[in-house]
Amino acid sequence: MLKFIAKRLLFLPLVMLGVTMLLFGALQFLSPAMRASLYIHDPRQLSALNEVIQKYGLNKPMPVQYWIWLKQVLHGNLGYSETAKMPVSDAIRAFFPATFELTLVSFIPILFFGIYFGTLSAVKKDKLLDQITRIVAITGYSLPSFVLGLFLLMIFYGHFQIFPPGRYSLDVDLLVHSASFHHYTGLLTLDALLNGDFAAALDIFSHMVLPAITLIYISVALLLRITRSSMLEELGKDYVRTARAKGLPESVVIKKHARRNALIPVVTLSSLLFIGLLSGVVITETIFDFPGIGRWSVIAAQQLDVPGVMGSTLLSAFLFVTANMISDILYAFVDPRIRLR
Amino acid sequence: MENKSRTAAWKVLRRKPLSLLGFGIIGFFLLIAAAAPILAPVPANSRSAYLIPEYGYNPEPKLPSVKHWFGTTENQYDLYYGMIWGTRTAFKVAVLVVGTALLIGIFLGSISGFYGGWIDEALMRFTDIVLAFPGLVLAVVIVSVLGPSLDHVMLSVAVVWWPSYTRLLRGDVMAIKEREFVLAARALGASDARILIKHIIPNSIYPLLVVASLDVGSVVITAAALSFLGLGAPAGYADWGQLISMSKDWILGSPGNAFAYWNTVLIPGAAIFLFVLGWNLLGDGVRDMLDPKQR
Repeated sequence: MLKFIAKRLLFLPLVMLGVTMLLFGALQFLSPAMRASLYIHDPRQLSALNEVIQKYGLNKPMPVQYWIWLKQVLHGNLGYSETAKMPVSDAIRAFFPATFELTLVSFIPILFFGIYFGTLSAVKKDKLLDQITRIVAITGYSLPSFVLGLFLLMIFYGHFQIFPPGRYSLDVDLLVHSASFHHYTGLLTLDALLNGDFAAALDIFSHMVLPAITLIYISVALLLRITRSSMLEELGKDYVRTARAKGLPESVVIKKHARRNALIPVVTLSSLLFIGLLSGVVITETIFDFPGIGRWSVIAAQQLDVPGVMGSTLLSAFLFVTANMISDILYAFVDPRIRLR
Repeated sequence: MENKSRTAAWKVLRRKPLSLLGFGIIGFFLLIAAAAPILAPVPANSRSAYLIPEYGYNPEPKLPSVKHWFGTTENQYDLYYGMIWGTRTAFKVAVLVVGTALLIGIFLGSISGFYGGWIDEALMRFTDIVLAFPGLVLAVVIVSVLGPSLDHVMLSVAVVWWPSYTRLLRGDVMAIKEREFVLAARALGASDARILIKHIIPNSIYPLLVVASLDVGSVVITAAALSFLGLGAPAGYADWGQLISMSKDWILGSPGNAFAYWNTVLIPGAAIFLFVLGWNLLGDGVRDMLDPKQR
């Protein structure tokens, strides 16, 4: 068991190293002048192009540049993101809590709807409710987030003038950055409540409603289907029949017996889904102008902001690989056969 | 035998009205794609059938009219023309991306599973690395480096997609390569290539094809998302993602009327949704046909 965990732990930095090499390699397809152009904001500065290339070592051979970059990273310096207009570590600290908050606000309803209706549609297989959840699931994973997002914006923000895009309104922006506002948790809705400002909390929350609805509708399908099929499998097993034969009420059979066993794969999948949302809400954040990691990573990638892309991608890859590792180890605890592989 | 399995497949499908609906939707889009030159004739002076004719330079989109059935987008591109010819683009993206990812997956997966050893180890560690990326971000990086174009969008999505296929096929090849019929072929002196192509791949490819058919929808969404971000075809090219991208500045409508330009969002949005829905339903049907446990 220890050997298995050690192997997985060793695997993490190796994959991260590979991720950085691949990204770095891809970005080296650009000429030094193109990579330098990020640092130039005005045509009058063009004469400084060679200076910039020299200063940042952009024309050195790729392994040398990679080594320079890696040394910096190992010293805890991820560089300066031109698109975020701040150091990468600051940008992560600024954007990550926003993404985390949005993910949390979406994930709790996903979990609730997915498990509740997934169980119910297995119990009421082929009844009306099962058909409805099936249609919700199929349309959910067929609907691109940008189509749903634009519709929601058109209806709720355009027509009803509620649920605006962005992170908060202008006055809340001033409040959040004022000295009297204490950042207890980094989750702004919660912080506003802890500061006793209910109106600000409501404002911040209302900005998350539409992106959350988008994420919920698109992601709930996966959980619905997994819960349903896992539940169906458990309901067909002998111990469920035994429980029923003992004369237990149906609600006890479903809630205390079948559902508890059916939830094992659901829990693993949910943790991966959570991490997937955390590192993958790229399009949703972009449509709703929500200042999180996903929107930043796309802007950085589009403008070829090398430190920005590296920083945001490293964070996502780190979360993803760690989550996979933890779920592998948990599985190995549960199922000893896995350790042998 | 052939006929019998075909009847069985038809029986499975008949019990699944939703899969039939999927066949219907994709069939409908196929008809539109095939009949594009009749449904939306290419103007005589056009350089390419995929360039949407432009009727003036007014930035404001127009609602449907007798002259423009679906209205026009910003800069007066005819939406109807774009939708019809965009069907061909959608099929092209779906088939080429999934096809490319499948070819890479089959090639590397079968080599990895068949030979094992350091080739396998190296390939699997490489797929670990690619799979650790948030797929969309990696695709955005690739297109940004290569420069925005539809071809680069397709290439980048295929680059993101092949690792999962490689791993899937590798597992199935490993399971099958020790079976008696493979050993028999080897004992008869068949070459590695012959064993792989004639015996192993045909017997291990079905799960991969099922997954691929279920993936077409996500591939189309991912490619359209890249176009939506402005990394795909240039403005005026008949591509649904690109048309949606042109609509994003107009979703708030005109003052007092949020739905003033509903057509620019609703029409391409509905087309992408239906197209993906069709593929997803179809994929479910294919899985049920090829997976005997479902019968």
